[in-house]
Amino acid sequence: MLRLERRPTPSRFWQYGTPVVAVVLTMIAGGLLFALLGKDPFAVIRTIFWDPLFGEFAWYLRGQLLVKAGPLILIAIGLALGFRAGIWNIGAEGQYVMGAVIGASVGLAAYPTESRLIYPAMVLAGAFGGWIWAMIPAILKTRFNTNEILVSLMLVYVAETILAKAATGFLRNPEGAGFPGSRSFSSYKAASNPELIAGSGLHWGGVAALVTAGLVYVLLQRHILGFQIKLAGQAPRAARFHGVNPTRLVVFCMGISGALAGLAGLFEVSGPAGQISIDFNSGYGFTAIIVAFLGRLNPLGIVLAGLLMALTYVGGEMAATNIGLPSAAIQVFQGMLLFFLLGVDVLSNYRIRFLLFVKEAR
Amino acid sequence: MKRRTLLATAAIGLGLGLAGAAQAQDKTKACFVYVGPIGDGGWTYQHDQGRLAVIEAFGDKVETAYQESVPEGADAERVLTQMALSGCDIIFTTSFGYMDPTNNVAAKFPNVKFEHATGYKREHPNVATYNARFYEGRAVMGTIAGRMTKSNKIGYIGSFPIPEVVQGINSSFIHARKVNPDVTISVVWAYTWFDPAKEADAAKALIEQGVDVILAHTDSTAPLAEAAKSGGKVIGFGQASDMAEYKPSPRVSSIIDNWAPYYVKRVQAVIDGTWESQDAWEGIGGGEVGIGEITDAVPAEVKAEAEAMRDAIGSGAYHPFTGPLNKQDGSAWLAAGEVADDGTLAGMNFFVEGITGDIPQ
Amino acid sequence: MDFYGINPAVLIASLMVAAVPIMLAALGELVVEKAGVLNLGVEGMMIVGAIAGFIAAVTSGSPVVGFLGGALAGAALSLVFALLTQFLLTNQVATGLALTLFGLGLSSLAGQGYNGIKPPATHAVPFGPLAEIPFFGRILFSHDWMVYFSVAMIALVWWVLRSTRLGLIIRAVGENHEAAHSLGYKVNRIRLGCILFGGAMAGMGGAYVSLIRVPQWTDGITAGAGWIALAIVVFASWKPWRVLIGAYLFGGITVLQLNLQAAGARIPVEYLSMSPYLITILVLVIMSSGRGRAGLSAPAALGQNFHASR
Repeated sequence: MLRLERRPTPSRFWQYGTPVVAVVLTMIAGGLLFALLGKDPFAVIRTIFWDPLFGEFAWYLRGQLLVKAGPLILIAIGLALGFRAGIWNIGAEGQYVMGAVIGASVGLAAYPTESRLIYPAMVLAGAFGGWIWAMIPAILKTRFNTNEILVSLMLVYVAETILAKAATGFLRNPEGAGFPGSRSFSSYKAASNPELIAGSGLHWGGVAALVTAGLVYVLLQRHILGFQIKLAGQAPRAARFHGVNPTRLVVFCMGISGALAGLAGLFEVSGPAGQISIDFNSGYGFTAIIVAFLGRLNPLGIVLAGLLMALTYVGGEMAATNIGLPSAAIQVFQGMLLFFLLGVDVLSNYRIRFLLFVKEAR
Repeated sequence: MKRRTLLATAAIGLGLGLAGAAQAQDKTKACFVYVGPIGDGGWTYQHDQGRLAVIEAFGDKVETAYQESVPEGADAERVLTQMALSGCDIIFTTSFGYMDPTNNVAAKFPNVKFEHATGYKREHPNVATYNARFYEGRAVMGTIAGRMTKSNKIGYIGSFPIPEVVQGINSSFIHARKVNPDVTISVVWAYTWFDPAKEADAAKALIEQGVDVILAHTDSTAPLAEAAKSGGKVIGFGQASDMAEYKPSPRVSSIIDNWAPYYVKRVQAVIDGTWESQDAWEGIGGGEVGIGEITDAVPAEVKAEAEAMRDAIGSGAYHPFTGPLNKQDGSAWLAAGEVADDGTLAGMNFFVEGITGDIPQ
Repeated sequence: MDFYGINPAVLIASLMVAAVPIMLAALGELVVEKAGVLNLGVEGMMIVGAIAGFIAAVTSGSPVVGFLGGALAGAALSLVFALLTQFLLTNQVATGLALTLFGLGLSSLAGQGYNGIKPPATHAVPFGPLAEIPFFGRILFSHDWMVYFSVAMIALVWWVLRSTRLGLIIRAVGENHEAAHSLGYKVNRIRLGCILFGGAMAGMGGAYVSLIRVPQWTDGITAGAGWIALAIVVFASWKPWRVLIGAYLFGGITVLQLNLQAAGARIPVEYLSMSPYLITILVLVIMSSGRGRAGLSAPAALGQNFHASR
C-alpha cells in the first residue's frame, strides 16, 4: 500500500518540480474534458498556455497578463501575511470595492481641477477605504472575539450595495443623462492611472504589486515582525511567550491586507476599469485567496502564481472566442489546475513509500 | 494577416482602408461579447438567438464568434481587442457597462465596426449604438395588467434604479391606470439583474401584499414560477425571452427582445460596405420588441385592446408617453398631446404622478 | 395583527421555505466542521446538487429521485475535496475555494440544454383539516415534505452528535485529532465520512432551490446561498438547533425586507438590502461576546490537517 512519510525538511527539488507536474496533469485531464466537448484538445491547450505568451498577438497579450495579474498579486500578498499568522481575511473583495469607491470619491470631488496632488490623495484614500473596511472585522475580532472570516465575508455584500448606490447615486456622472456609472477617469488626467509605457500593460497598480512583493519578502525574511507573524501562525502559544501581542498582530495583518486590497481597487478603477459602475468588481478579491495559496504564501511565489492565474484567464478567453469553448469549461479547467497544484504539493513535504511487505507497526 | 501594424500605427491604419475591402472577399466575421452565460434564459440568451439568426441568414458567408460572461471594464477591453485582432469585422457588445471599453478599442481599430447595446457614446465613426424601446412593450403589458387585476394592485420587480427600468415602470403604470383608474403599483428593487431565489422571494412578497399582476425587469423566470404556485390567481409576463413554458397562465403575454432583425441588417451592411455609425432605438415597429402571444387566460376584448395598443405603437400612431402627464410631485411634464423626447426618456429618473415610493438616488 | 399590512403567519410560512436550502447546507457543514474540517466549497456543492437534482427529477419524473440525485452529486463533488485534504493534505481553505470554482463551471456545463424546462412539481403534504387552523395551520401544516425533512435532519444531527457513540467520535476527532488517533480511531476516514455527509446535504439544499424554491434551472441559480450557509454555522456556534434559528432568521430578514418594500414602507431600499448581512454581523458579535462565550466553542482542530506520523 501507499504511505506518506513526512520529510524532515521540504524537498527543494519538489518545491520547484510540483508546479510543472501539476500543469502537465491539468493538461492531460483538461485535454480529456475538451475532447469530450468535441474540441481538439491540443489546439485548446496551445491556445490557453502558448498563444498568450508566444502566439501571433503575444505582443499585446503579454501586457494584458500584467493588467490581470496586478490586482491579484497586490491583494494576495496582503492576504498571505494574515494567512501566515492564522488570520483569515476572506472579504478582500469588499475592501477592494471600498478602496475603489472612496478613492474615486476623492478624485471626483476635485473634478475638474488639474493638480499633481490629486492622484496621490486618491491613492491614500483608496488605501484608507480598504483599511477601514478591514478594521471592522479586525476590531470586532479583538474586542468581541467575533469570527473574522464571516464578518469580512458579510461586509463584501454590504460593500457591493454601497457600490451600487455610488454608481446610481452619489458618484453618478452628472453629465451622463441619468445613466448609472461615474465620470470616466481616462478623460480626467489628474485622476487617471494610464499605462506607463504604451502597450506594456504596466500601470501604477502593477508597479505597486511588484514593489510590495519585494518589501513583504524582506519583511518576512529580515524583520522581527515577519518572524512574529510566522511564529503566530505556526505556534500561537510560543508566540505569546515570545511577547507577540495578538491584538496588535490582528490589527496589523488585517490593516495591511485591507489597505493593499483597497489600493488594488483604486488602481483598477482609475486605470483599466476607468469608472465606478454597478458591476465594477469581478471577483479579484476571491481569486486572490487562491493565488495566495498557490504562491505558498510567499511573496515571490505569489507573483508567479498571479501570472499563471492571469494566463489561464487570458488564454481561456482566447479559447472561448477562437475555438468556441464554453466559458464554463474554462472555469472547470481552472478548478482542475488548482486541485492539481494543491494536490501535488504533498510531494514537497512528504515522501511516498510503497509498502508491500512491511507490517504496520503500532 | 499583418494586423499588428494596424494597432501599432492606428493613425496610418486609416490609410489602409483597403484592408476592409480585402476581407470582403473571404468570410465576414461577426463577433459578440456577452455579459452573462447563454444559459441565463433571458438577456444573453436572446442576444445569442440573434447571433444564430445571423448564421441562419448568411450561412457560409459569415463566421461568428462569441465570448460569454465577460466582466465589464478591463476584461471587456481585452476581449474586444483580441476579437478585433483575430479578424472580426463587426463586434456587438451587449451590455451597458461595455460603453467605454467599446469606444476605447474602436479608436485603435478604425476598420472594425463596433455596435454597442444600450449605451449613448459614439466617439468614433466606427461605433454605432442600438437599443430597444422596451417601454413600448410595457405599455401593452400595462394595459393587460390594468384590465386583469382584481385587487387593483400590480407589482413591479425592478433590478437597479436606472432610466431603462424607470421607463418601464412609468409606462406600465400609465397604461394600467388609463384603463383602470383605481390601480396602484408596488415597486420592489431587487438590486440584482439575476438572482432567481431573490426574484422569487420578491414576487412572493408582492403576492402577499395582494398584488395579482406581476411585471419583472430582472432576467430569470423565477417570478413566473412563483406566480404559477398561486393556482391561477396571479398572472405575469415573460421578460426578455418568451418564457413560453409558463403558458397559458401565469404567463399571459411577454416582451421579447428580438435582436435578430437588427443583427442581420447590420451584418448585411458590413458585407455591402454600407455600414455607417448610427443610434438605433427601435421598438415594436422595427421588430426589436416583440409581444409574445396573448393567451386565452386573457378575455377576448382585453386581448383585442392590447393588440390594438401594440399595433398603434407599432405603426407610430401612438407614443406611450403622450401628455397630459405630470411628474410624481405633481409638476407638469408633458402638455396634452405632447410627446416625450428621446433625450428625456433616455435619462428618465423620475416617476410619473400616481406612483408612490421613491426612486433610490 | 398586521404590520405595514404584512401578515405574520404568511411571513413566517414563507421564511420557512426560504430557509430550507441554507439550513440543509449549513447543517451538513456543521457536521464537517465538528469533525475539524473547514470546507468552503459549499456553494460549489450546492450548485452541482441543484443541476444534478434537476436532471434526475426531469428524467425520472420524480422529485424524490431528484433530491437523491442532488445529494449523490453533492457527495461526489465533496469526495474530491476529501481526497485532496485528507489524503494529499492540501490546505482546506484553498481547496474549498477551488471546489466552488470547479462546481460552478461543472454545473453550467452539465446544465446546457436544461434551460426553460419545468421540473415535476412537489406538492404540500396533505394535512387535511389541520391546515385550516387559523394562524398555526398556515405556519405548520402548509409545506412540502422537504421543509419537515430539514427540521427532522436538525433533530437527527443533534441527537447523533449529543447522544451517540458516533457523535462522540466525530467530536473527539474535531477537538483533538492526535488524541483520537491514539485511541485508535481512523481520523481521516471519519472525516471523509463527515465530508461526504456535508456534500450530500449541500447537494440536497441545492436541489431544493432548483426543484421547489425557484423551480427551474439557470446558470448560477444558487447565487451565493452557500456562503450564507457557512456564516450560519458560525452564527450557530456549531449547535444544530441554532442552525435552525440562524437559517430562519436569515431567511426571515431577506423575506421581510422584500415584504417591507412591497408594502411601501418608507425605508431606503439600499439599507434594507444590506440589512440581512449587517444583522448577521450584529448577531455574530452578540453571540461571540455574550455570556455564552460562544466564540470559543469552535472545534479545536478546525481547519488543521491530520497526518498520522509516528
